[in-house]
Amino acid sequence: MFYIYCPYCEEHREEEEFHAAGEAHIPRPLDPDACTDEEWGEYLFFRTNPRGLHHELWVHGVGCRKYFNITRDTQTYEIKETYKIGTKPQFTRAEENA
Amino acid sequence: MTQINRLPSGGRIDRAQSISFSYNGKTYTGMQGDTVASALLANGVDIVGRSFKYSRPRGIMAAGAEEPNALLQLGATEATQTPNVRATQQDLFEGLVASATNGWPNADNDMMSLVGKLGGRAMPPGFYYKTFMYPQSMWETYEKFIRKAAGFGRSSLESDVDIYDNINQHADVLIVGGGPAGLSAALAAAQSGARVILADEQSEFGGSLLHSSAQINMLPAADWVKDTVAELSTYDNVILLPRSTVNGYHDHNFLTIHERCSDHLGDRSPLGKVRQRMHRIRAKWVVLATGAHERPLVFANNDLPGVMLASAVSTYVRRYAVAPGSKLVLMTTNDYAYQSAFDWADAGREVVAIVDTRTNPDSECVFVAKSRGIKVITGTAVIEAKGSKRVTGAMIAPLNETGDQLTGDAQLLECDLIASSGGWSPAIHLSCHTGSRPVWSDEAVGFLPGDTIQKQLTAGAVNGSYSLDACLKEGTEQGLAAARNAGFEVEDVVMPVSAPVSEGKPMALFHIPHSKATSRAPKQFVDFQNDVTAAAIELATREGFESIEHVKRYTAMGFGTDQGKTGNINGMAIAAKSMDKSIPETGTTIFRPNYTPVTFGAIVGRNCGDLFDPERYTAIHRWHIENGAKFEDVGQWKRPWYYPKSGESMQDTLNRECKATRESVGLLDASTLGKIDIQGKDAREFLGRVYTNAWAKLAVGKCRYGLMCGEDGMVFDDGVTACLGENHFLMTTTTGGAARVLSWLEIYHQTEWPEMEVYFNSVTDHWSTATISGPNARKVMEKLTSDIDLDGEAFKFMDWRSGTVAGVPARVFRISFTGELSYEVNVQANYGMAVWEAIMEAGAEFNITPYGTETMHVLRAEKGFIIVGQDTDGSVHPYDLDHGWAVANQKPFSFIGKRGMARADCVRPNRKQLVGLKPKDPEAVIPEGAQAVNDPEQAIPMEMLGHVTSSYYSANLGHSIAMGMIKNGLNRMGESVFYPLADGRVIEAEICSPVFYDPKGERQRV
Repeated sequence: MFYIYCPYCEEHREEEEFHAAGEAHIPRPLDPDACTDEEWGEYLFFRTNPRGLHHELWVHGVGCRKYFNITRDTQTYEIKETYKIGTKPQFTRAEENA
Repeated sequence: MTQINRLPSGGRIDRAQSISFSYNGKTYTGMQGDTVASALLANGVDIVGRSFKYSRPRGIMAAGAEEPNALLQLGATEATQTPNVRATQQDLFEGLVASATNGWPNADNDMMSLVGKLGGRAMPPGFYYKTFMYPQSMWETYEKFIRKAAGFGRSSLESDVDIYDNINQHADVLIVGGGPAGLSAALAAAQSGARVILADEQSEFGGSLLHSSAQINMLPAADWVKDTVAELSTYDNVILLPRSTVNGYHDHNFLTIHERCSDHLGDRSPLGKVRQRMHRIRAKWVVLATGAHERPLVFANNDLPGVMLASAVSTYVRRYAVAPGSKLVLMTTNDYAYQSAFDWADAGREVVAIVDTRTNPDSECVFVAKSRGIKVITGTAVIEAKGSKRVTGAMIAPLNETGDQLTGDAQLLECDLIASSGGWSPAIHLSCHTGSRPVWSDEAVGFLPGDTIQKQLTAGAVNGSYSLDACLKEGTEQGLAAARNAGFEVEDVVMPVSAPVSEGKPMALFHIPHSKATSRAPKQFVDFQNDVTAAAIELATREGFESIEHVKRYTAMGFGTDQGKTGNINGMAIAAKSMDKSIPETGTTIFRPNYTPVTFGAIVGRNCGDLFDPERYTAIHRWHIENGAKFEDVGQWKRPWYYPKSGESMQDTLNRECKATRESVGLLDASTLGKIDIQGKDAREFLGRVYTNAWAKLAVGKCRYGLMCGEDGMVFDDGVTACLGENHFLMTTTTGGAARVLSWLEIYHQTEWPEMEVYFNSVTDHWSTATISGPNARKVMEKLTSDIDLDGEAFKFMDWRSGTVAGVPARVFRISFTGELSYEVNVQANYGMAVWEAIMEAGAEFNITPYGTETMHVLRAEKGFIIVGQDTDGSVHPYDLDHGWAVANQKPFSFIGKRGMARADCVRPNRKQLVGLKPKDPEAVIPEGAQAVNDPEQAIPMEMLGHVTSSYYSANLGHSIAMGMIKNGLNRMGESVFYPLADGRVIEAEICSPVFYDPKGERQRV
């Protein structure tokens, strides 16, 4: 069970207070109507599922109800960082920077 | 019964307290301080079970958690039945009732005969896969037997009578294991002031020291344990948990501890006492001092009762004063096991010989043995145990230096006990739970904990440091390190010391050769609980299973409650050798939680019975109960389903409730609908983005129905939203969807459109909602309010007004889910009951009739109103529902769902569409879920057109009605489809509009 630091509450809390809400940094296209079916499908359904560092959206559901991001290692489950919506992660996979 | 194997003195038992207990229906006597295992051995009970696969007699082999055979079914009554208890871990108490949990096939004669016919005498690995594959039609028959065979013991058929508990704790330093390493770690960490928890699975701290003859700080080891525990208990910052097994090591240093608080006291817990408690610990640092399990040697018939682990012999002799036999042959690959022969001799019993597999051991212990007059036979192994139900002798034969060939003839040594030691296997289970791969050590002849990202330290035998001196040293060092790592300042402490013993090198030996080939020799067991033999592992590798994970699954080695505690290393070594690989090359399987079985009681704690799952009640719940409502679960809510009167069938009740509402007036508790208060200057724009329809022009005082879709264009919720003020709205959601919708609004606001000024709050529980519905609804309202103008022109359909109802402030919404004139009266929840009762009283003269969710469903179906989640299933967009009127594609912002429902697949022809269905037989109600076909005579598989989503008998219409999905249904009005049912009937139905009643909607607008 994870021990998660909520960047809004500024405290570590138990995983039971949180919910995972999928991969982070998948912005809604600004002009959906201009997207092809393929582009829209890409946005809707395709996720990176990396081995290693993964940026995830979580919500402090029974705490402050805020959404925030977690960089988590999918192999070790180590949480490298949590950060607020609108900010950038400190830890990234090599190919993210390429 | 006499305790024939009880020694006249010694042991940590209280001879003054005699305890009687029952085992397999017979009464025996033991002593306070015994485990069931030591008491059975004291009474000379050799056989404690039959083996899982081959039905061979099995005896007690070990003295702790690693015992594979002696599994008990405990319980004096049905309600206290507990399976899977190891006799070696269960303390004896007066009146204990236990029986052996015989595995298959003894448990079932049918199974035995079936297997006898199918499988023959021998059961090779993969037996199940090979034997039960064909014919496929028989699988269901086989499966029943296999399932029955797969378990040990049974669960209770009655509710558990005892109380169980969960507790959440934080620790700076959690120390797992209370042997020499754990105790010295605790001593070191305690004086730092850190919050220390020390947990040990045994009934008292000390681990191996409880049967050790060694000295610590010049004191007998047991005295040092006593002093240390006394000192630790003076610290306020130390929690000592005996009888507490750390069963799981989870992510981020979260560990679960299974404490058995009163299992040792009686069949039931004493009044008011918790039976077991699950500690859920978040630890800053963990010190694993879990010790090691002795590894049995693999030789022919090594499962005979009377073959034991060497350390178990010492434990029984020194801790429990039980000598399980009279003539001992000890086989060892190492120095440590010599102590067992010395303990046996000290107990006054005969040591026939120490058989040392090493060619020329020149260790100190060899000379000690010889000086004590004990015969030591070197370069030799026990290759086979003789006897049928108990050991009567040991066949020994000379062995070459590498241990893979016999170099001479075998001879028989007469004995009734064979103790074996193949060295130690560090108890690395917990370190594996979080995914760390163990690392092989040639020096330790075992796998050691591998790299981990957990905040974990290891000390003592789990590290391969088997000597007492090393355990004490590492314990102290790691205890200090853990406290320092957790942020505590601590000075070095005086280390407990034990005289170092010079050690000879152990021999790595995992499989003793026999004079016959492995496949022809008597069975050589590797995993006793799962009946896996050396021959089976070799066969598995010959059949091409090369990965150790595959060998494990093919042979079942390391399965079950045993988790490979005694057998895994031997098995992996045998597999490696058979494939001509090294052990590190072959690798190891890893261990999962739990280390030993945990009861469901301890996991569940207090969350059972009424507390199993939260139940939500409306403010009017008591009235519903008093008026005989049957309830339906909707999410966690208990909603009135229908209110039967005496003598009524459910259909009678529904007919009465439906007709009363259409003909006069009905009353529904609608409090459970989700309510979200939305405020902010961008609230209106936000609604326009999350709903498919338009909100720009909704005036204060008005309400509007909205459909909510996902980005894929599929409907996921609906409801009415009221405009309370220019920047203030009240959204209602489906009862079950309230939490999901609130999250949906938040995620879009927080992650996509944070610039919008809008706030969401769940106000579901703040309001109590009573829906007055029916042609007499206005007359009822007129009696309840004087400050709301109820005139049809002043207060129109889809308006809302605030005012006073039944004397309390209320919001009244003129919205309708029945198609009748309706007023939804919302009041502060704590007024809910009073207002409900006032409405009932005011409506009495109109025969106001409370109705439940089922009548609500029928009435709305008569009107063709959908229920999201019943008439939709996540593959349905608004146009499929013929709800295009609720989609405002001209809105400037591309609302959620717009792009999704424009996908090629969403606009193709021949999609399934929601239509009304009128059965040709007016009494026939099509079962919900039934599939439509065009031609019931078509050969199977028929072309399926879609399923029925809602179906009822309508008393108001006098015939049955339904809604369902039909391919291209909106263009097939008036055509017939057929519903072939499982019972052979076929119901024909006409495709029609889903609005069966008042198609122009006049009744709700009056």
